[in-house]
Amino acid sequence: METRNELTDKFSRLFSQTIPGIRASSFELFNSAREKAMEKFLELGIPTRKNEAYKYTNVEPLFRHDYDSFFIPGPDDFAKAERFKCDVADLDSHGVILINGFYPTIADKIKKLPGGVWIGSLNEAAKKFRDVVEKHFGKYISGENDSLIHLNTALASDGVFIYVPPGVRLNKPIQIINLVESEKDIFNQHRNLIVAEEDSDVSLIVCDHTLSPNRFLTNGVTEAFVGKNAVFNLIRVQNEHNNSSKITSTFIYQESGSRVSSNNITLHGGLVRNTTKHMLAGERAECLSLGLYLADKFQHVDNYVNVEHLVPDCNSNQLFKGVLDDMSTAAFNGRIFVAKDAQRTSAYQRNSTILLTPDTKMNSKPQLEILADDVKCTHGATVGQLDENAMFYLQSRGISKAEARLLLMFGFAHDVIRNIPVEPLRQRMDDLVMQRLRGELSRCASCMVKCG
Amino acid sequence: MLVIRNLRASIEGREILKGINLEVKEGEIHAIMGPNGSGKSTLASILAGRDFADVTEGTVKYYGKDLLSMAPEERSREGIFLGFQYPIEIPGVSMVNFLKTAVNEHRKHKGLEPLSASDFLKMMREKKELVEIDSKLANRSVNEGFSGGEKKKNEIFQMAMLEPKLAILDETDSGLDIDALKIVANGVNRLRKPDNATIVITHYQRLLDYIIPDHVHVLYDGRIVRSAGKELALELEKKGYEWIKTGEENSVQTWKPGMS
Repeated sequence: METRNELTDKFSRLFSQTIPGIRASSFELFNSAREKAMEKFLELGIPTRKNEAYKYTNVEPLFRHDYDSFFIPGPDDFAKAERFKCDVADLDSHGVILINGFYPTIADKIKKLPGGVWIGSLNEAAKKFRDVVEKHFGKYISGENDSLIHLNTALASDGVFIYVPPGVRLNKPIQIINLVESEKDIFNQHRNLIVAEEDSDVSLIVCDHTLSPNRFLTNGVTEAFVGKNAVFNLIRVQNEHNNSSKITSTFIYQESGSRVSSNNITLHGGLVRNTTKHMLAGERAECLSLGLYLADKFQHVDNYVNVEHLVPDCNSNQLFKGVLDDMSTAAFNGRIFVAKDAQRTSAYQRNSTILLTPDTKMNSKPQLEILADDVKCTHGATVGQLDENAMFYLQSRGISKAEARLLLMFGFAHDVIRNIPVEPLRQRMDDLVMQRLRGELSRCASCMVKCG
Repeated sequence: MLVIRNLRASIEGREILKGINLEVKEGEIHAIMGPNGSGKSTLASILAGRDFADVTEGTVKYYGKDLLSMAPEERSREGIFLGFQYPIEIPGVSMVNFLKTAVNEHRKHKGLEPLSASDFLKMMREKKELVEIDSKLANRSVNEGFSGGEKKKNEIFQMAMLEPKLAILDETDSGLDIDALKIVANGVNRLRKPDNATIVITHYQRLLDYIIPDHVHVLYDGRIVRSAGKELALELEKKGYEWIKTGEENSVQTWKPGMS
């Protein structure tokens, strides 16, 4: 087995081999950050369990694997995405298809959706929306000590850019289907930027779905800016196979009066690590951070949440629930930071997990750092089994044990789903959760891609 | 339909039921009365299949079948219904989803096709009217945030939906104001048919002003110490349970081992 130095050397080599190609297609601001990010990554190394933020999730073995390629989309991939587009049916949302996290259209690298929202490749956006990209790119990850974010900055070649101009309010959500597909084992990194300007209102669903059985590792970083009084809902639906590992890091910066929800719905996946950071930087900003994790076999799901109250009068609420079966494991780390001047802060956090077997394991850790004195803050964590009394109640009405278990698990999960602020999505999410609990989930029923 | 013979049961080694004998026939309403701790709820739970008490002796036959060997869901599908003293709140599970699952499991057991969504909703509407249940209750999660009275009414609504052969109502009247009590009692009366039966377990006589029992039994210290017609309830109301306790030794109807 290679030593830690050999492991970082591997990425150092990868950097020198791939950087010329990446540089050529990427924009100046991005390129100018790469060298420094690589240095920082090499200094910190791949996180180990000694790292407090990765105490419950061992990502190192994922990076030791020799992936056949470091994904940079080429014309073949673009063609593939075009094919999927032809199969789009029942479109009740603005749909966009990505391949391995990349926006792969050849002709139309950035486009305006009905309603006025722009979506496209980040590299392309750096040309068309240069000021916007320069104002926001790299700003909301600054000061981060997670080496994987630096690795992303060093090596991500592109990603998705979404721009919601001031006052634009979409009544239909934007659905991004991210197809994870390759005939080789791939490690892919992409970098997204979402800018929702003042008074805008947009909901974005991002569905990750693996199409081929290869081993995948994704390390994706998303930065989002939400302007004054804007509303932004981000709903992630993660449905990947057991050989797929997904690391997402999302940084959401909020101005005054804005309302944000982040909803991480993890239905399936070998290893999932979602880092979600909310920065409440304008007064009266509100954020809701929701998560649902349903895991079985050897799956592992880690939600690492960090809510920072930087100014007075903001509200935050974290609700993460999960059901673990077989020998699956999960972790939740919920940080609430309240800055010295952030008076009249309300911050709540709750994490509940049901363990269906004795071989499952949950680690739940609240982390409160409160420097202001006028603060309402509560947190709670529970780990338990299905309620015996409720089981008997259902059975006493003629419902079989298996069906009663399903109903109770569904009810438990629904507590998260019913809090999703986008009402029309709740029924779809409930259906997906039910299918998942029944073990019938292959592709998401509401998916516009009919990929069989 | 139900024959209980010398039923003895213990919880954690302490004997709660000390030889119960009871026979219920189609069309009958039985009231089981008794002071707190006499074993009323334990008896109800055992009949419904809750396994917290160990049956140490005796038999329970339901239409000739050994009831005690049946799983709780089988008992329900065979027509036994327990109205809970403390109905359980199940957040996130809608009444519609819950009852549709239950009704369709019952139908499957009878070899019937599942109800279509519209037929099911129609059935719910009809039953709601029958038992005078506020229509909004049916749109909420099972018992979640229901008041005490709403929970009890909801039990009667479920009973109406499942149309049991034998309903066992465990302290359904406790915590009810007089209006809720009437609704519950009316529900029970309207669901009464010549081929079904009800066991009303209660601490107080007042429910029996509205549900007229054919037989009244007094359960005391794990035994049925007195059985008679509906007049027994009135006598109990007048004299209190002390009368039963002190009169126990003299009563000719006191059950003794080996009797019945």
